[in-house]
Amino acid sequence: MGAHASEPIIQVKDLSVTFSGCQALNGITLDIRRNERLAVIGPANSGKTTFLRCLNRLNDLKHDYRHTGNILLDGKDVYDSDVDVARLRRRIGMVYAVPGPLPWSIYDNLVYGPKLAGIRSRDRLDELVETSLKAAVLWDEVKDRLRMPAHNLSGGQQQRLCLARVLALEPDVMILDEPCSGLDPISTAKIEDALVELKSSHAIVLVTNNTKQAGRASDRTAFFLMGKLIEVDDTTRLFTNPTDQRTNDYLVGQFG
Amino acid sequence: MRRLSPAITQRVAVTFLWSLTLITIGVLLYIILYILAKGLPHISWEFLTKAPESMGRKGGIFPMIVGTFMVAGLAVAIAAPLGVATAVYLTEYTREGRLTFVIRFGADCLAGIPSIIYGLFGFVFFSIALGMGLSVLSGALTLALMVLPTIIRTAEEAIRAVPYTYRETSYGLGSTRWQMVTRVVLPSALPGICTGVVLSLGRSISETAAVMLTAGSALRLPQSLSDSSRTLALHFYILSREGLSMENAYATASVLIIIILALNALAYWLMNRFIRRAG
Amino acid sequence: MKQDRFIAFILLMLALSALSGLVLITVFIFKEGLPLILQTGFRDFFLSSDWDPKGEHFGILSMIVGSLAVTVGAMAIGAVFGLGMAIVLTQFCPPGLVSILKPLIELLAGIPSVVYGFMGVVTIVPLIRNHLGGPGLSVLAASIVLGIMVLPTVTSISVDALKAVPRAYWEGSVALGATKWQTTHMLMLKAARSGILAAIILGMGRALGETMAVIMVAGNALEIPGSPLDPVRTLTSNIALEMGYATGRHREALFATGVTLFVFIMIFNTTALAISRRSAGKGGGR
Repeated sequence: MGAHASEPIIQVKDLSVTFSGCQALNGITLDIRRNERLAVIGPANSGKTTFLRCLNRLNDLKHDYRHTGNILLDGKDVYDSDVDVARLRRRIGMVYAVPGPLPWSIYDNLVYGPKLAGIRSRDRLDELVETSLKAAVLWDEVKDRLRMPAHNLSGGQQQRLCLARVLALEPDVMILDEPCSGLDPISTAKIEDALVELKSSHAIVLVTNNTKQAGRASDRTAFFLMGKLIEVDDTTRLFTNPTDQRTNDYLVGQFG
Repeated sequence: MRRLSPAITQRVAVTFLWSLTLITIGVLLYIILYILAKGLPHISWEFLTKAPESMGRKGGIFPMIVGTFMVAGLAVAIAAPLGVATAVYLTEYTREGRLTFVIRFGADCLAGIPSIIYGLFGFVFFSIALGMGLSVLSGALTLALMVLPTIIRTAEEAIRAVPYTYRETSYGLGSTRWQMVTRVVLPSALPGICTGVVLSLGRSISETAAVMLTAGSALRLPQSLSDSSRTLALHFYILSREGLSMENAYATASVLIIIILALNALAYWLMNRFIRRAG
Repeated sequence: MKQDRFIAFILLMLALSALSGLVLITVFIFKEGLPLILQTGFRDFFLSSDWDPKGEHFGILSMIVGSLAVTVGAMAIGAVFGLGMAIVLTQFCPPGLVSILKPLIELLAGIPSVVYGFMGVVTIVPLIRNHLGGPGLSVLAASIVLGIMVLPTVTSISVDALKAVPRAYWEGSVALGATKWQTTHMLMLKAARSGILAAIILGMGRALGETMAVIMVAGNALEIPGSPLDPVRTLTSNIALEMGYATGRHREALFATGVTLFVFIMIFNTTALAISRRSAGKGGGR
C-alpha cells in the first residue's frame, strides 16, 4: 500500500502478560517493520513464545491469560472489541515448533485456511497450493502426490508443509515459533532458504533457541530475558557489539 | 505347615483366574451357538418377510423387524445429535466447573436408571401426558433418553482423543471455534462417535422392558410413528413365555443375535480404525 | 464472537437435555407413586408382604427382600468372575489376546436380557430342579443369570481402575523381586481398591434394575424366600408383570414400587460415583 519498507507494521507498546497472576511478559515495547526478518532469542521461559502468541491472539485460548498494553497492527489495536480474530490470525500466520499437519491430504491441509477465508474457486485454490508450496521449497518434492496423507511426509517436509499452509493464507506477517527445533540441519537449511525468499513480501518474526540461526536468518534481533526485552538491534551489531552485559553473557553461553 | 513358594502360588492363582475367564467366554459362545443351532434351521425367506399368524404360532416376523428398526433407529437418530452436542459443549465450549459437573452427574445418573423405570416414565410422560399412546414415537423417545448417556460418554472420549495441536493449528489458520469443531475435531472423532452410536443402536434393539410399556405389543406392521409396534425382543419374550411356538421363538432369537453380532462387529471395526488413526 | 456465543448457548440448551430428562423422570415417577406410599403408610407399604391389588393391600417387603437376595447372589458371582477377568486382562494376558477378549466381553454386554433369561430357563432352571430340588425357578437361578449379565460392567470398570494405577508402582514392585501375582494382589488390587469397589456397586445397581431376565427365571412368587432354592418376585418384575393390566390404585402401587427401586438405585449409583470420583482425585487428577 505504498508504505515505506522500514515503517512499522506492528507496534507493541508496553505489553505485559500474566497467566494466573504469574508475570510472563513485562513492559515490552517493540516495533516490527514491514519487510524485515526479526529474530527473537533468549533462554527458555524468557517469554518469547508468549510474545509471539500475543501477536495473533492465540493466548486467548488460555483462560488465565491477562494482558495490559497495546499491540497495533497497521495502527489498529488487535485487542479492540470489533476485531475479527479469525481474520487477524489469517493476516498474522503462525508456524509452530512441532509440525502439526491435520489428518488430511497435503492438498486439503493447504486449502483449509483459504477455504476458511471464503475462497471457493477451484482454480484459485490450485494456484494458491502451487505458489505456496513453491515458496516453501516443497513443490518439487510433492507436486505429484498432493492427495497423499500429510502424515506420510518426513518431519522436515511436514514443517515446510506447515509453512506453505500459512503462506497460502497470504498473510502480511509470518510468525514462526522455533520452527526448526525438531529438524535436522538439511531441513533447517531449506526452511531458512525459504525465509530469505519470503522477506521481500512479508514481515517475519522468528523465535529461535538457536543463536546461530538468528545470526543467519534475520535482519534484526531482539533479546528477551525473564519476560523483559533486554535489547533489540541490527543482528550484526547485536551479535558483535551488544550494549547490555546480559545479552553478551547469553551470546557467549553463560545462560546455557 | 510350610508356606507355598511364590512361584507355585502364582501358578495356582493364574490358573484359577484364567479358568474364570475361559468359563465366561465358554458361556458366551454356548449361548450364541445354542440359539443359532436351534433357530437358524427355522429361518427362511418367508419367515423374514411374512406377517405372523395366530399370535405368532405360525407365519413370520416381518412387522417386528420393521418395528424394531423404526423404534431403535428413531431413538438413536434423536439421541445422537443431542449426545454429540452435549459432548461438544462439555469439551470445546466451556471450562470445567460447577455446570459441567452437574451435566456429567445428570448423565451418569441417567446411565444407572433401570430400563423398567424408563418404561414407567415413558408410559406416563410420552404415552399419557403428551398423548402419544403406545406408539413407535413414544418407544423411540423413551429409548433415546436411555441411550443418551452412552452417546455422550463415548462422544466425549472420542473428542478428547483429538490432539490439542489440531485445534491450535485450526485457530492459527483463522478458523472460528465452530469451524474448528465442525471441520477438524468432529471429522477426526467421527469413528469413535460412530462406535458409541452403533453400540447404542444395539442396546435399543435389545431392550425389552422399556418398549413393552411404551411401544406396546401390536402384531401389525406399523404404518406411522403413532402406531403401536412390537419389537423383536418383545416378540421373542412373548413367544417363549407363553409357549406359543418354540421354533419361532428360537428363530426370532437367532435374528436378534445375528443383528447384535453384526452391530458389535461394526463397532469393533470402527473403533480399530479410530485407534489406528489417532495413533 | 457474537456468533460464537450464540452457538455456545444453543449447545448448552442441548447439553441440558440429559439433566432435564433426569429431572422429568424423577418428578413423574414420584408424582405417580409417592401419594400411594403416603396414603398406605410407610409401615404397611415397606414392612408388609401382603400384596393383594384387588383387596387394595400393597405391601412390598417380600419384593424388596427378593430384589436384594438376587442382587447379592448375582454379585457373589459377578464380582468374582468380573474382577478375575479384569485381572487377567490387565496383568496376565498377552496384548494380542486382549484385543480378542475385550470385544467378546462387549458382546456379552450386548446380548438382549430376554435371551439371557431364556437361556436360564432352558439350562440352569432344569439343572437346579433336577439336582438341588425345588421348582428350579429360584433366587439361585436368578443370581446365576444376573451374575453373568453384570459381569461386563464389573470387568470394564475394574479394568479402567487397574489401568489407572501408575506403571511405575508395578515396575517398582517387580524390581524388588515380587512375582507378578504378588504384585497384583499386594499392590495393584490395593491401589485400585476404590475403583473396583465402584465397579461392584455399579454392577449391583445393574442387577437390581434388571427386569426381563429375572421375570423369566426367578419364579415371581409373592413370598419372602427361605432358601436360595425358593422362587421370588423382585421389584422390577412386579412392575413389568402387572403394568399391562393395572389401573387406578393398582397402577399407582406399581409406580410406588418404581419409586422404591429408583431410590435404591440412586443410593447405589451416587455411592459408586462418589467413590470413583474420590479415587480419581487421589490419583493426581487428570
